[in-house]
Amino acid sequence: MIDLHTIWFLLVGTLLAGYAVLDGFDLGVGALHLFSQSDEQRRLFLNAIGPVWDGNEVWLVTGAGALFAAFPDVYATVFSGFYVPMILLLVGLIFRAVAIEFRSKQPGPRWRRSWDRSFSIASVGSSLLMGIAFGNVIWGIPIGPDGEFSGSLLSVLNPYALLTGVTTVALFAMHGAIYLVLKTEGEAQRMVKGWINNTIIVFVICYTTTTMATLIYRPEMTALIQAHPGLFALPLATMLAIANVPRSMHHGWHGWAFISSSGAVLGLFGLVGVGMFPMLVRAADPARSLTIYTSASSPATLAIMLTIALIGIPLVLAYTVSIYWIFRGKVTLDSMSY
Amino acid sequence: MRGPPVDVAFLSRLQFALTIGFHYIYPPLSIGLGVLLVAMEGTYLVTRNPIYQQMTRFFVRVFGLTFAVGVATGIVMEFEFGTNWAAYSRFVGDVFGSALAAEGIFAFFLESGFLALLLFGWNKVGPRVHFLSTVFVCLGAHFSAIWIVVANSWMQTPAGYHLVTDAAGRTRAEITDFWALVFNPSSVDRLLHTIVAAWSTGAFFVLSIAAYYLVTRRHEAFARATMRIGLALAVIASLASLVTGDLSAKGVARHQPEKFAAMEGVMEASAPAALHVLGWVDEANRHVVGIEIPGLLSWMVTGDASAPIPGVRAFPAGDLPPLNMTFQGFHLMVAIGTALVGLSLAGVALLPGGRLFRSRWLLRVFVAAVLGPQLANQLGWMTAEVGRQPWIVYKLMRTAEGLSPAVKGPEVLFSLVLFTAIYLLLFVLFLFLLDEKIAHGPLDGDLPADARHRA
Repeated sequence: MIDLHTIWFLLVGTLLAGYAVLDGFDLGVGALHLFSQSDEQRRLFLNAIGPVWDGNEVWLVTGAGALFAAFPDVYATVFSGFYVPMILLLVGLIFRAVAIEFRSKQPGPRWRRSWDRSFSIASVGSSLLMGIAFGNVIWGIPIGPDGEFSGSLLSVLNPYALLTGVTTVALFAMHGAIYLVLKTEGEAQRMVKGWINNTIIVFVICYTTTTMATLIYRPEMTALIQAHPGLFALPLATMLAIANVPRSMHHGWHGWAFISSSGAVLGLFGLVGVGMFPMLVRAADPARSLTIYTSASSPATLAIMLTIALIGIPLVLAYTVSIYWIFRGKVTLDSMSY
Repeated sequence: MRGPPVDVAFLSRLQFALTIGFHYIYPPLSIGLGVLLVAMEGTYLVTRNPIYQQMTRFFVRVFGLTFAVGVATGIVMEFEFGTNWAAYSRFVGDVFGSALAAEGIFAFFLESGFLALLLFGWNKVGPRVHFLSTVFVCLGAHFSAIWIVVANSWMQTPAGYHLVTDAAGRTRAEITDFWALVFNPSSVDRLLHTIVAAWSTGAFFVLSIAAYYLVTRRHEAFARATMRIGLALAVIASLASLVTGDLSAKGVARHQPEKFAAMEGVMEASAPAALHVLGWVDEANRHVVGIEIPGLLSWMVTGDASAPIPGVRAFPAGDLPPLNMTFQGFHLMVAIGTALVGLSLAGVALLPGGRLFRSRWLLRVFVAAVLGPQLANQLGWMTAEVGRQPWIVYKLMRTAEGLSPAVKGPEVLFSLVLFTAIYLLLFVLFLFLLDEKIAHGPLDGDLPADARHRA
């Protein structure tokens, strides 16, 4: 029987995976923003994500809240341990939000160029830092006997974490490019289509390298799959989803390409989850690793929170689906646009 | 040991005060403007008077700007408990975390989802669905206030928990009764007070803009209609602030007597207490200089002017908050709140026959009064939080015990400097863009198509 701790592992994972799929594409749009050719194209890009980026970010806010509530020791150790990267991530998220809002409010080219740069650098930086955080959690961090992070800023910036950081940027850039193809038409769409192959190639190189590094240096990440061969379906499905991205693009099936890249994001997220379970943070000394049992809130809280989640999740899905439905189709600019 | 100005505790508290103080400029505006947008758009749907559509569209643009800065600075709060207050987070996660998660799932998704329709949905959905999304955004902003005030109230008057010590000797609070946690002794009073203060913030914000148009003789029909709606909410909210403030203060007297003694400047251990209208607290000698009305405080709290009220001397020195700061924060807030009641009543009294719109000096006061609720909000939170010191969770955990052991002074100094610089920049840009929007004014394009033809 599945226990409350496992349910919360899945729920926090779902919120963060939802964040990666949804905000992933608008972070990716940010990464590609400076490659566009004209103010009109940049406005098209911003308005393609305009009605949804804020809602997408709520998945992160709620994910962090759920982590705090369900696994307070993970929230405390990781957020305080990665202090400087976390602060920089916050700075990135602040600049992204205000850049999107402020850019359109003045016509001057200098004003717009500054916010274009802020938006793009903040998007790349935020993706990179989130990838670095995940890389550390997988690689293992030094944790002292008191359960507190005992490493340094340099130990956070280890090669494996930098690799997962770059992979995250590449994944989101590919995901964002496909989203833009879906939302644009004409000249803008032709230009984005020209970038797609490059984003796929960069991502596949990163994906392969990260996979090799993980298999070589962290073979523990495959233990659960070895014990339950049925789980092999997950890496297989992930690989097929990634392979289906260039195939769908080639045939002009843009919707399928987006579904495939969303599948790739979810699959990679799932692989991290399957590799870590029941651990949430690997410690350099395995006895100090934070697991879903050692770092959780009381069963009473987990049960109350589950009730909240069961009431809330259908509502959230209903809002999310309706907003995406109302704003479906190609983006057009009008007087209310950014 | 290093001196106080560079230690982690001081820097972390300063950073929290800065980040929450700056963030708190925006959510009350969203809450108050949310109510006004519902009123404006609702009036348009009922009367079909195009001026209300123009009004709705103008203030939706302003709302979008304040909301964006609110969201950008709000994420910091969600992370900051973990980054700077890790020991606190471990201690309260079981209790406090659920309120934050509930805020995300019940408030933020609602608010941000329907905000998209509010801002960009004019041509995508019909007027009724658009109105519905305005209502949902407004509700979302209120839900957010509910959960965050519940969480903060639990830190003031903890309830519905028990303390559990694990095998490693670490103690934390765990939920025993969720509803007792939600309806802890201070949450309802404080929530009502926070929400009506937010309405007041929104009301005086639109009043300021409308009064500015009247003073400069621009968009006068628009401004007069806006002032009527703004004044209606300002009267309700400012009067309700007095009532809920009174309830809140009585709650503090019952549940946090040290804070109450500091707020009111009650020094004697046990004596009938005077009400200080204003004053200055000499912390060293525990003495208040100022204007006082003997026995009035005792009467207000207990109904008996000779009833004793426990004062500062009744409590151990180590359990007292900074006295003068708490006293001044509270008194200034009350003074501003009272002035806002007077101002909104004066506005209503001069409304018949439109005398208000010709009274240029009073309109100028309304232009400046936008700062009143903002200052009162900041002072109120300062009183609540400084008055709870030296506790981070009242009587359960001291503020200094809540810090992150893994975070060092220079790191906090780095983030403090960074946040200060960024928030200054954001504030300047926010004011600049707001000023532009106001200078631009309501647009003809905001009128419905048929009204535009007539004009």
